[in-house]
Amino acid sequence: MAEVLVLVEHADGEIKKVTNELLTLARTLGEPSAVLLGGSVASLAEKLGEYGAQKVYVAESADLDDYLVAPKAEVLAQIVADTSPTAVLVASSAEGKEVAARAALRSGSGLITDAVGVSSDGETTQGIFGGAIAVQAKVTKGIPFITVRPNSTAAEPASGAAEVVTVTPNISDAAKGAKVTERVVEAKGGRPDLAEAAVVVSGGRGLGGAEHFDLIEKLADSLDAAVGASRAATDAGWYPHQNQVGQTGKTVSPQLYIAVGISGAIQHRAGMQTSKTIVAINKDPEAPIFELADFGMVGDLFDVVPQLTDEITKRK
Amino acid sequence: MPMNIVVCVKQVPDTWAERTLNASDKTLDRAKVDTVMNEIDEYAVEEAIRLKEAHGGEVTIVTMGPDRALDTIRKALSMGADKAVLLSDEALHGSCVMQTSDALAKVIGTLEYDLVICGSEATDSRLSVMAPLLAERLGLPQLSLARKVTVEPGSSVTIERQTENGYTVVTSALPAVVSVVEKINEPRYPSFKGIMAAKSKPTTTLTAADAGLEGELGLAGATSQVDEFTPRPPRSGGEIVKNEGDGGTKVADFLVSQKLI
Ligand SMILES: Cc1cc2nc3c(=O)[nH]c(=O)nc-3n(C[C@H](O)[C@H](O)[C@H](O)COP(=O)(O)OP(=O)(O)OC[C@H]3O[C@@H](n4cnc5c(N)ncnc54)[C@H](O)[C@@H]3O)c2cc1C
Repeated sequence: MAEVLVLVEHADGEIKKVTNELLTLARTLGEPSAVLLGGSVASLAEKLGEYGAQKVYVAESADLDDYLVAPKAEVLAQIVADTSPTAVLVASSAEGKEVAARAALRSGSGLITDAVGVSSDGETTQGIFGGAIAVQAKVTKGIPFITVRPNSTAAEPASGAAEVVTVTPNISDAAKGAKVTERVVEAKGGRPDLAEAAVVVSGGRGLGGAEHFDLIEKLADSLDAAVGASRAATDAGWYPHQNQVGQTGKTVSPQLYIAVGISGAIQHRAGMQTSKTIVAINKDPEAPIFELADFGMVGDLFDVVPQLTDEITKRK
Repeated sequence: MPMNIVVCVKQVPDTWAERTLNASDKTLDRAKVDTVMNEIDEYAVEEAIRLKEAHGGEVTIVTMGPDRALDTIRKALSMGADKAVLLSDEALHGSCVMQTSDALAKVIGTLEYDLVICGSEATDSRLSVMAPLLAERLGLPQLSLARKVTVEPGSSVTIERQTENGYTVVTSALPAVVSVVEKINEPRYPSFKGIMAAKSKPTTTLTAADAGLEGELGLAGATSQVDEFTPRPPRSGGEIVKNEGDGGTKVADFLVSQKLI
């Protein structure tokens, strides 16, 4: 069977959940091989077999961490040239898309981003305009490079050989232009990644101030959820931009999305309307968010949310 | 030392409008909707003008699109950019991101610049890869997703790159390609004076041939194609309940009924 490459997404010595999803998806397209790039990553190789990777191409170099994106793209393109896979799957994260784009260009190939499904003939499914339209597309030149959204497939374990193939990375001087000098962590740890989370609780202008976001955080923590925010809330500086959901923020598609004090403007809906179940809490019965909601609670969030958090904690 | 800056700007359908694709060739339907400057590009234009105000130099807008994209160019010029190049050719209709990056890189290649600035993504296609592709094609450092940009004119540029949980500091020599996220600054509104001044600022319009583009252009040469599209059915209305003092309990009941807790 033909080889399908999956670029491994990892952070702080851990493989991201989306990689297991991609390996699961790759098994429906061919024989999955993982591509593991970084300064010191070889110890992660074994784990990739647990989701069906037959081979793991491991390329280690400090340059892969020390310079932005370009070295990873070069090495991915190098492995693609050596293996001629039928497809290359990459996580649709900010960096994943950038690496995929540059590697596709180097390979003379086309790129499709943000797929939520890939069929065995390489046809992808994507939602565009905030999920308003579903599109079937394919790459028509070279090897399909496809970035896939987290939560598109459920990761299912399968045994794979995970045979390690060590690759000597050839990184040009030109790829060492943008030097990473510092990595700063600002977010409070412990909460799941917004893009990957099964449950997202988002707060909007209705909260009235940064100090009230702890209501959202407490509700989120009772559900092991990630915290999102509307642009009104991030513009006001109540919550970081990284957490913005919508047209110019993140697109999320969790099992459960709870919108608190958010009106449901078209640009906010663009980031969350493909969520499986939507709950809205808003004091205005006319708020457009209720058009999307599977369950809507018309009421003051300052009454409803603390009670909800208590109830969830009690019933768990 | 003055800084010459190229800003890549795209005209897109207004996000407030109902957006769709053409039934015939499955490309973006630009005819039926109002178009505006891609909102995130306003931040790119603003950042370029601020750098120019601090260090001197010229800001050049580069746009690929139909002739009506001149509206978007005019807006950038009224904000304070100095001149513009519009690459406009029927033959480019339906270009994929690979072709578009090639076209923009060829136009940028004819200009003198220290920095190229893009918005981090366009609200219509949302690929978020133009800065990386331009960096790859121009052989320049990529400093993308900047929430802060600092330059040492004639020497280097440093950004804070927004990440999932904070930021990364990235630095390179000039020239370089930067993309900015929407929280980097507050774009100015064009002043009356700016709007008047824009009328006499030079805009060059290039055809594909002028830009040195050859081979299969547009839809015929695209590296990806849309085969089908279907509007997603609207969500059917759910249950809406008024809070009678037990609102939180009611929401929890719903979550239990859906096996979500
Ligand atoms: C190009 C472009 C891109 C954009 N991108 C995004 C994006 O990515 N994400 C995004 O979210 N927006 C985006 N927007 C902005 C969008 O148009 C809206 O302005 C924004 O979503 C509004 O945020 P909000 O719902 O929190 O605020 P509002 O619209 O002001 O709504 C606040 C809601 O809170 C309710 N409320 C107030 N007090 C209470 C209370 N005590 N209890 C319960 N409910 C209460 C009100 O009834 C109201 O419905 C974008 C806009 C443009 C033009």
